[in-house]
Amino acid sequence: MRSRPVYGELTPRPGSGHLFVADGEGAEAILDLFQKAGAQASSLLEKSHIIYMPGPNGTDFGARLEALGAAQYHRSPSFASAQSRLKKVLADAHMGLQIYLAGTEGLMGQAQRDVIEAGLPHEAVQTEHRGSTVRRVQCVHCKGITENVRTDPIKCSHCGLHLFVRDHYSRRLAAFQGVNIDAEDPGQVPAAVERFK
Amino acid sequence: MGMEFNKETFRKDFTFKNSAKAIKRFPFPFYEDSYMYSVNMEPHVPGPKGSVFEPMFDVDEHYVAEMQDRAMVLAEDPLRCQSLPHMTLAGWDLLELIMESKARDYPEWFELHKDGHNWHWINRPLGIDQKFTFLDESTLPYGPMEYITRQSQGDFTLQDQRDDNLWIEAGMVTTQADWSLDFDIGMSFHEWHAPVPRAHELGVFDRALKFLLKLQHGAPVRRFNWTLTVDPLLDTSPENYPKWGPMRADISPENVGERMYLRVELQTLHRLPRSNAIAFPIRCYLIRFDDLVTVPKWGRRLHRVLRDIPEDLATYKGFLRNRDSLVKWLSQYDDGAPTSTGWMAD
Repeated sequence: MRSRPVYGELTPRPGSGHLFVADGEGAEAILDLFQKAGAQASSLLEKSHIIYMPGPNGTDFGARLEALGAAQYHRSPSFASAQSRLKKVLADAHMGLQIYLAGTEGLMGQAQRDVIEAGLPHEAVQTEHRGSTVRRVQCVHCKGITENVRTDPIKCSHCGLHLFVRDHYSRRLAAFQGVNIDAEDPGQVPAAVERFK
Repeated sequence: MGMEFNKETFRKDFTFKNSAKAIKRFPFPFYEDSYMYSVNMEPHVPGPKGSVFEPMFDVDEHYVAEMQDRAMVLAEDPLRCQSLPHMTLAGWDLLELIMESKARDYPEWFELHKDGHNWHWINRPLGIDQKFTFLDESTLPYGPMEYITRQSQGDFTLQDQRDDNLWIEAGMVTTQADWSLDFDIGMSFHEWHAPVPRAHELGVFDRALKFLLKLQHGAPVRRFNWTLTVDPLLDTSPENYPKWGPMRADISPENVGERMYLRVELQTLHRLPRSNAIAFPIRCYLIRFDDLVTVPKWGRRLHRVLRDIPEDLATYKGFLRNRDSLVKWLSQYDDGAPTSTGWMAD
């Protein structure tokens, strides 16, 4: 599906500062990046700010990230709790800030949205998908977002409709689209299958 | 040449009806006896007198009722009209294009008087008399795009052009064939077309984008799209799918002629002068199957198109579950005679 973003691999780049936002297994993409940086790693760390939260599957590599010794390290219990800090950092950003996002699609999508809203150039952002493939899904009917969706169909956590999870993805909403699966034949809901882990 | 505007509804009791004149000028979209996606764009130049191509923006007998329906949709869901902050200038461009076109093409209904930036707009069918300052939002009751598209049949989207791409960043969308402006706003050309089957592989969107990036001011183009709808419901939105989806289960061989409608979109594309954005009006025309088959060529051709269309397209357009009933009903009107090329009635 052409509306889905394409993710890459984090690579150290020269910059005036380095902001990392990651969840779950995304921590390992950051650890790998510093490995790649070799002799440059320590000067990079002096200008690095890492914001990390556990993944939706519970994976928590916070201790290993903290041990890197970045200038700033912050662990949040969730993206929602990290968001005000992220927005402040983006608002204070200087020219040349490099941004590295790693982990689940939901985390990267939401962080990227804040980056775009802050008016930073998209060329400054790198992404790497690691870990869980659970989805953020927007119910097209009630507009509510259901987090960490594992199955298809799902029940909307807001209005309760049974939703088919499309591959159509909105970067603005950082969410996939959910459409009522039994609209034409109310009550005929197929069994949920685990599609995202 | 006064025209009576129909008193009719596009919901609940569905009193929408095409007059004999409206049936005769219906924009039947199939050029030949089969259908596949293509770029199929041609210059939007004035067509034959009385046709839907004669004016820049066709105003027909459904005008007043369609605008009333739009107001109801917007009252229920204001998210059907959105404009990202940088799109306001494109909204003014669109307002100017529509006002100038309508005042020129229908002087008995619309007037536009300009004294510098002091404009005076008269819309007689809707009883509107508005003095305002062009490019000053505070002088209109809505933003410029919303103001003028509450007075214009069809959906409208505005595309910003940058980075060699088009970005759908404003729109008035209340008569849509099952897509959500609220979900798609902000997407690039390939992103918002992502769910369409086959066309990406056929290279249709690559070619269309290349073409549109070069679209010139003053040289609009047009194309058709189509789908099928049960009952004359303009608002077949994904938002309201739980409300209209069950109607698809009502179709039986007995009611096909009365309740199935061919839904045709006359899509035009216009480069806008100040913003360099592209305006994309999507004008929806509905015709009941019973009325459509009164033109023998159309009955024959629609039968062949629906019979032979690939299953994934029928699924995407939402009529696979009823296809057999539709084809069987239409087959009564297909004697196997050859049809002439082109969409005009024989």
